[in-house]
Amino acid sequence: MMLKNAGAKDRLMELFSGQKLAVLSTARKDGHPYASLVAFVAAEDLQSIYFATSRATRKYENLQKDPRVAVLVNNSINISADFYQAISVTGMGNAAELSGDTAGRALLLYVEKHPYLEDFVRSPSCGLFQVTMTTYYLVENFQNVTEVHI
Amino acid sequence: MTMKWVIPVAELTKDDQIRVGGKAYMLYRLHNGGFSVPKTLFIPTDAYMDYVDRTGLRERIQAELRRKALSEMRWEEMWDCALRIRHMFSKKPLPDEMAKVIGDAMAAAFGEQPVAIRSSALEEDSAAHSFAGIHDSYINVKGCAQILSHLRRVWASLWSDAAILYRREIGLDVQASAMAVVIQEVIEGECSGIVFTKSPTRGNQGVLEAVHGMNQALVDGAVEPDRWIFDRKTRKFLAHTPAKRDQWMQLADTGVELVELPLDKSASAPLDPETAEAIFLNAFSIEAFFKSPQDIEWTMDHHRLVFLQARPITTLSEKGAGDDRSWYMGLRRTYDNLKTLRSKIETELVPAMEEAADELGGINLADLTDRGLAEEIHRRKKIYDQWKAVYWSDFIPFAHGMRLFGETYNDIIQPDDPYEFVDILSAGELMSLDRNRYLEKLALMVREDPLLAASLKQEDPASFPPEFADALALFNNQFGDLSCGMTDMSGCRPDPTMIYRLLLNMAGQKAAKRISKKTDVTLEERVMEYARRFPASGTIDAFDLLELARASYRMRDDDNIYLGRIEAQLFAAVNEGSRRLADAACQDGEADESLREAVNALVPQADGPKHSSASGRQVRPRQLRGQPAGPGFFSGTARVVSVVSDLENFKQGDILVCDAVEPNMTFVVPLAGAIVERRGGMLIHGAIIAREYGLPCVTGIADAAEVIRTGDLISVDGYLGVVTILSAE
Repeated sequence: MMLKNAGAKDRLMELFSGQKLAVLSTARKDGHPYASLVAFVAAEDLQSIYFATSRATRKYENLQKDPRVAVLVNNSINISADFYQAISVTGMGNAAELSGDTAGRALLLYVEKHPYLEDFVRSPSCGLFQVTMTTYYLVENFQNVTEVHI
Repeated sequence: MTMKWVIPVAELTKDDQIRVGGKAYMLYRLHNGGFSVPKTLFIPTDAYMDYVDRTGLRERIQAELRRKALSEMRWEEMWDCALRIRHMFSKKPLPDEMAKVIGDAMAAAFGEQPVAIRSSALEEDSAAHSFAGIHDSYINVKGCAQILSHLRRVWASLWSDAAILYRREIGLDVQASAMAVVIQEVIEGECSGIVFTKSPTRGNQGVLEAVHGMNQALVDGAVEPDRWIFDRKTRKFLAHTPAKRDQWMQLADTGVELVELPLDKSASAPLDPETAEAIFLNAFSIEAFFKSPQDIEWTMDHHRLVFLQARPITTLSEKGAGDDRSWYMGLRRTYDNLKTLRSKIETELVPAMEEAADELGGINLADLTDRGLAEEIHRRKKIYDQWKAVYWSDFIPFAHGMRLFGETYNDIIQPDDPYEFVDILSAGELMSLDRNRYLEKLALMVREDPLLAASLKQEDPASFPPEFADALALFNNQFGDLSCGMTDMSGCRPDPTMIYRLLLNMAGQKAAKRISKKTDVTLEERVMEYARRFPASGTIDAFDLLELARASYRMRDDDNIYLGRIEAQLFAAVNEGSRRLADAACQDGEADESLREAVNALVPQADGPKHSSASGRQVRPRQLRGQPAGPGFFSGTARVVSVVSDLENFKQGDILVCDAVEPNMTFVVPLAGAIVERRGGMLIHGAIIAREYGLPCVTGIADAAEVIRTGDLISVDGYLGVVTILSAE
């Protein structure tokens, strides 16, 4: 599907390649939101974001019950100018653990960006997830918000 | 710009010192001073940095080193850490661009000519510290591909356990380390040697040593050299001490080998007096050039004198100052060294231990007077302590046999799992597996005989059927007393009825899972593949090394059992003493004072609960990072084993959590779902047994037996070395 704003797409991609970490929100079984930091990589077409987590974590447990997630990526550097300079993106989507060939391809993409996490992501005790994105909310200049539907 | 990855000796500048390390810079200065050096290329630290950055290794090394504070790591944990880092280097080829640039430069400079690849770490061979021998060097490596793979091995040796420990000891920043490498043509000189322009023992003299052939043999101390002494002031020759001259070092297919010296050579000194004097005078010019006394290596190539290395002499007094490099080098055991140790263990120590246990077992304790028993307890304690000291001095170092094999195996096979080699070693039988099979057999007898089970419940050995009584006696005789931990007396209350309860427990559960016999075909194939690819150096045979490593692997388990037999005899005497003291108390009699002292010194007094009060665990650990010691993932109920009696309640599928898996605990391992241990390391007892049974295992979890409690639901990730407390009890 076409992006409504091609320029926004480029900015998103630039942000995603520049950042290593994203905040991932999952839902606990009682519905309470639960936020975690994850190392991520985004697909070139922005349709998917990939992350990995060990099977013993709370986020893994949460995802077994409810695949809906929010993802936040931003490039602030903890200075006051961030409020005008930094870009922040909140994405919404559905997460699914990958297996087989799809997992193999995603793994290569993930390791290319995070070579130091290769042992971690290749471990059989680690799950590799694909978040199929539906919407991005791009926040710039403090209060400029652009919706990008996928 | 990419040429910063390779610098020919002639193109170095003064500013490059910091990029090529001390050894390389000295070579450059020699070359610049007009002294002849071999054809040399430098791989500066830039190449190391780019390699670890581009491959992601920099972060992986840090992650590995930060599993635990370095100061808290046991040396066995350090081995594992080093092994895993070495494995990372071995599995990560140079990025294409680097491989091309460095490879092309090597091909252009050396073609198929053999080269030596030596470390030149930044701190190396500075006046303050000598790293000689701490890092790896390889000699006689041929062809581009081989040079590139050995380059990575030399880089990896920056992170050997000896190197990490040595840096920590002398206070260098471990994290900031980087390594340059020197690549040199190999010169198979007619004769070679060293010169100390100033003798370390006599300051007014210089010393020249020489051997036929290459100087590797002299530097390693394998061949005794001819020695010439010169007067430093007059530069006159003073004395020549000839050597025995029976061997020399020659190039093998790969590496070098020590071979017999031909008769015509052994009859004559490697140098005539004129040449010796000429070498000394040249060495003296080098001293003048560097303005300090030098330790110089040289070789004679078709009557041309070539200098291989020069470094300032670190004097004896400086060396004493907290620099115990030899100890760190001792962490690297050689094949020969281990072979000697094996023979000592197998032919002297083990028979002597068995003899000691038999001698003690032959004494009828009931016949001794109280005073005699007190003396016997002291004597047994002394014997036990002696053997425990031997255990540390000889048996533990012998574990390096496994390690030597592991490194070799990983180098030539490059498996995905750096511990795959353990599967090959475990093809031999371990005694504690025998013991566990035997226990299963006894439990089966109990399971099939309700009357026997009843007798066990009543703790009435008199009513055991003879067949079972004999089998039990044989078990105790062969494997010692199960109710005692091994290396630590605390927590041991000798209790012959403990095995009754254990057998009842085992009989009540379904048969323990069989030890999965590893598919022998695959193992056999792996062994053959290892042997096929084993480098033909002529000095070590692939199967000899494997055999040594298997002996080392078995001994790592069996030695505990041998020591356990002696300990069991000590306990038997203490037990007899305790019984007599109790009897005396019952009958209001006077017990012998010396016996009371002897027993009380060894029997632990009643101890309170080990855990601090469970005052609302408001801050509690959730996820704990240790070392992956047995692959697999398992969730279940934790069973913390602090004292031997904790083992009685062990249920099938429980996760064994303990400070250290004592050999005498391993009989519950077949029941366990996973193992968590405070003590770290991959080659420690618990890890070996876990791997043998195919159980997930994480070691090196700080305070495991305190932070995890019996009843907690935990998961054990043996792939990544992580334990998660899913829900606390």
